[in-house]
Amino acid sequence: MKHARINYQGVVHDATERDGKLLLPDGQSLSFDAVTWLPPLTPTPRPRTIFALGLNYADHAKELEFKAPDEPLVFLKGENALTGHLRCTKRPAGVEFMHYECELTVIVGKTARNVKRADAYDFVGGYTVANDYAIRDYLENWYRPNLRVKNRDATTPLGPWSVDAADVPNPMALALQTTVNGKVTQSGNTRDMIFDVPFLIEFFSSFMTLQPGDLILTGTPDGVVDCRPGDVVVTEIEGIGALVNTIE
Amino acid sequence: MNLDTLGTVYGTLLNFRREVEAWAPMANEAPYKAPPKKPVLYIKTANTWSNDGTTIAVPARAQQVEVGATIAMVMKAPGVVAGYRLMNDLSLPHASFFRPPVKFKCLDGFLGIGDMLLPAGPDVDPSQFVLEVRINGELKQAVRFDGLVRNAKELLADVSEFMTLGAGDALMLGCDLGRPLAKVGDRIEISAPGFGTLTNTLVMEVSA
Repeated sequence: MKHARINYQGVVHDATERDGKLLLPDGQSLSFDAVTWLPPLTPTPRPRTIFALGLNYADHAKELEFKAPDEPLVFLKGENALTGHLRCTKRPAGVEFMHYECELTVIVGKTARNVKRADAYDFVGGYTVANDYAIRDYLENWYRPNLRVKNRDATTPLGPWSVDAADVPNPMALALQTTVNGKVTQSGNTRDMIFDVPFLIEFFSSFMTLQPGDLILTGTPDGVVDCRPGDVVVTEIEGIGALVNTIE
Repeated sequence: MNLDTLGTVYGTLLNFRREVEAWAPMANEAPYKAPPKKPVLYIKTANTWSNDGTTIAVPARAQQVEVGATIAMVMKAPGVVAGYRLMNDLSLPHASFFRPPVKFKCLDGFLGIGDMLLPAGPDVDPSQFVLEVRINGELKQAVRFDGLVRNAKELLADVSEFMTLGAGDALMLGCDLGRPLAKVGDRIEISAPGFGTLTNTLVMEVSA
């Protein structure tokens, strides 16, 4: 099943997808453009841990002239960075290079500590799509990528849907693509991840506890390009969804 | 305190002048290539939060942990500080500041959080804060917050330029050079006038 979280007439609702419409728990059926889309997440009692991977596709690592890392290059985000489907993300004035990153995102389903690779999928609740924008002008080599590059308000669109793990039989073989104003600029497949989803769950849970609702943004393949104000960026993953964002 | 009232907790690296001076010879070398221009931040995820008076489990592989004694601004609303709180920001010692320190800083329980919120107000000047760190009763470090690169107000302004700190979010002022090391069995006390004492004791992690 595909789950959304929306704001309709000032009230936040959970919704599911049915026949190209949003179905609310009270039976109302709404068209996609009648609502404000929020990240498809259930609120958590404490701030969720949001992991994001850098250089996690062999081709992207090559593109940036780095050797493939020996262990995951991971950074963290705050919830301020998240925004929903069909929203805008700001390009700061005067920057030269702001690019999207289409990423398969794992939504942790249950508390995980010292999970073994073979059991890792039992701890996945669902999947969604993230567009993990970066403003490369702001890169500095201290705790890189630094938060000014990766944790700006509303620079990580997420959605539209959270898709139940049971509906994604093999998350490691999903086509992934990005279009800018309708033109394909990025194309890849999750099978090319260096550190796959089971590895990441085993790795993170080996030194910290993961909680339901925590997110793992698994990195992006080759093909990132600069985006300008007015550009419509669609990051899409097979079977998960097409996440639309506009640069402002 | 009720930890569920906290939002995202951010730490700040290299915000003491002494620490920046100590790093100056390396700052222009690879991989850093230049001193930091903007605040260097990291996140202490919710799994790290420990209440005052609790024990903190240290994994068997860690011989020692580094004690980052500091004070954090806690927000009431964007741009508005509710008050200040002691924090014991523990890390596994790490020599490189090039990559984000997740596996060194985000271990379960690795952030002691003081019970006492010192409310912000016209009479409270964070640059006058002074704290002391004791391990098993012995004074190991005194930290004076008049030695900051960016004072509390400047730090908040520079961070707010690119991300919003909302109600409950916290931003640490930084940890000074000379961070003490502690090991399993040690009792760490961080105290400051107006804040009381934040106490956490390190224990051996029980393997699953």
